[in-house]
Amino acid sequence: MPDSVNSTDIKLVMSPAPHVSDKDTVPKIMFGVVIALIPTLIASLYWFRFHALRLVIITVAACIITEWVFQKLRGKPITIYDGSAIVTGLLLAFNLPPTLPGWMAAVGGIVAMTLGKHVFGGLGHNPFNPALIGRAFLLASFPAAMIRWTSPIDGTSTVTPLVQLHMGRITATYWDLFVGNIGGCIGETSALAILLGGLYLLYKRYIDWRIPVSYLGTVAVMALALGQDPIYHWLAGGLMLGAFFMATDMVTTPITRKGKWLFGIGAGIILMVIRQWGSYPEGVTYSILLMNAFTPLLERITRPRPYGEVKAHA
Amino acid sequence: MSKAKTFRGGIHPAGNKELTSTQAIVAMPAPAEVTVLLKQHAGAPCRPLVKKGDVVNKGQKIGDSDEFISAPVHAPVSGVVKAVQPSRDPAGSIVQAVVIENDGEERLDPSVQPHPDLDQLDAETIKKIVREAGIVGLGGATFPTHVKLSPPPDKKIEVLIINGCECEPYLTCDHRLMVEQPERVVFGTRALMKALGVEKAYIGIENNKPDAIAALEKATADYPGIEVVPLQYKYPQGSEKQLITAITGKEVPFNGLPMDVGVVVNNVETAAAVQAAIQDGMPLIERIVTVSGEGVRHPQNLAVRIGTPISEVIAAAGGFIGTPKQVIIGGPLTGVAQPDLSVPVTKCNTGILVFNELKRPSKPEPCIRCGRCVDACPSFLLPVTLAHLSDIGQYDKALELGLLACVECGSCSYVCPAHRFLLQSILVAKREIEAQRYKKTS
Repeated sequence: MPDSVNSTDIKLVMSPAPHVSDKDTVPKIMFGVVIALIPTLIASLYWFRFHALRLVIITVAACIITEWVFQKLRGKPITIYDGSAIVTGLLLAFNLPPTLPGWMAAVGGIVAMTLGKHVFGGLGHNPFNPALIGRAFLLASFPAAMIRWTSPIDGTSTVTPLVQLHMGRITATYWDLFVGNIGGCIGETSALAILLGGLYLLYKRYIDWRIPVSYLGTVAVMALALGQDPIYHWLAGGLMLGAFFMATDMVTTPITRKGKWLFGIGAGIILMVIRQWGSYPEGVTYSILLMNAFTPLLERITRPRPYGEVKAHA
Repeated sequence: MSKAKTFRGGIHPAGNKELTSTQAIVAMPAPAEVTVLLKQHAGAPCRPLVKKGDVVNKGQKIGDSDEFISAPVHAPVSGVVKAVQPSRDPAGSIVQAVVIENDGEERLDPSVQPHPDLDQLDAETIKKIVREAGIVGLGGATFPTHVKLSPPPDKKIEVLIINGCECEPYLTCDHRLMVEQPERVVFGTRALMKALGVEKAYIGIENNKPDAIAALEKATADYPGIEVVPLQYKYPQGSEKQLITAITGKEVPFNGLPMDVGVVVNNVETAAAVQAAIQDGMPLIERIVTVSGEGVRHPQNLAVRIGTPISEVIAAAGGFIGTPKQVIIGGPLTGVAQPDLSVPVTKCNTGILVFNELKRPSKPEPCIRCGRCVDACPSFLLPVTLAHLSDIGQYDKALELGLLACVECGSCSYVCPAHRFLLQSILVAKREIEAQRYKKTS
């Protein structure tokens, strides 16, 4: 009788305290990010149609398959169901120009998962954002294909508003920039869709508000200081996608609150330096990757003072 | 009403207090046999004062020690000593215990002498009564109360804080005590104030217990030196250091004690035990135990004699419902999981929780560096970093990063979405450092 207190066949489980846990899990967070990327997915499909569908399928498949193969070869547990490979695949696709050949997109996915993630030991151990490693690799390897832009819907050749900004004349309206009716990578053009997902992530507390605020804030301040329109800088390139979905990647950004502020500020400065004085019109990828490299240092210098630790003698 | 005070960091686990928070405390009949452990407190164990075959009275001292940091134990029932033998305590250690067969007579020991009038007692007498009554911190830490009341002369105590936070989920024993017997808490508070020679006392209560706050505000109306402070409902609000910071704004040095900032903290049930020791002359032979969790038929608070087997306490609450998977003594965040039901109730036994399923996945995943442990840590540490340093054996490095400021609340492990055993790793480093220091000094 299990109801009897004196039953001898009760098997009790020992565990160390605490014996309860929060309801959030790693897969829940990863699939939360996938959910947050759905508006952007819809926007990319709306604006770039078949091109977007093709790239998303290729990169997500490449990421999942690469992770599976890598873990199989290393004899490690298969973790493709934790959602992180899907997130990397989606983010990589969103960072690609619509006409990129499929095999290049696949290479990007493979590089993202191997050089970006698994050579370091898999989820949680990579110092750099895997999707951005994939993009940076493609940018270095296939520079021409990576900056071949087409305008949404009609598919004619165009340039991104950032290139226009770089050259000093912009044709797109704020509204076009906001909804995504501009040239660019398939997932970066619609600020509206990105904001919807970003707000969801903030609401679910899957990202920390300090990074997007400090990143976007720094860019705005620097744009104003340089006499440029901060709205264009926010909306014209990959900044919104970067600020909400990639600079906020938990694995590759500081765990301290002050560190998050510094991360965003640093990324903002690097971005504006690249956009203003660099040869590339866009610098979101490198601004985040460079700050990823600073993450351990930022964590070290922003470590909070432990409770009760004697304050330095004044 | 001003915003409730609190500390920085912390977590909001599901309270599950409604299972027991509205029901009156029930006195559980004394069991046929009690097992009184001779070490139920922080400090030196007691030596037995009785032997097999002795007849003992209720309230009779049956174990004591000459060490300062220790507390005597008493017979919770009258009867015959059946054995003095080793027994397992709730934390898993083997300690000596006195087993008494209850004769049911409830024959009081002549040492049980009431002191109805507080005004006639001086500080030294109160300390002596508290010491002789075997009173220890009943919030779970079981530090002997008379030691807290005897600070070294260079430490000036200015404030007494009575801890009525009860921030652990499920537990409501302090809550019910405050609602049902606030005058006992207040009397005990006044006695503790007198023993410490302080003019000011705060009773800190989380604002999820408005009835307890109201009851104590009413009971303290005539005592302007005692102030009820509503605190935010947040774990670990009842952690001594966090409570002191919330109420006084002071920060206790991490290798120091509350007395270093002029504060002594006692639990509400400790205060009530002081009242019983003075007004009834009754030593600490009973405590309130929250029996709860979905695996118990009738979750409730029971007033239980020390030494009652926990299996009988669960039976008194209607027994199991379903198949129990986990039995925890204490709260779900800091309590101890039990391998069986053989241990007796001790002075630290705030709760007995029965779960029919594990409330926490037992398989950790890789850390995704989300930083939630950092935000949750009430000691402003980097739990993930400390745990990692501990795992690779770099205890000294962990020490440099503030390891000893950890209050062992478990908030880090609770919030971890990868279900890593952060606290467990940190404890390994902490114990290792403590052992090294112990070796050096001895």
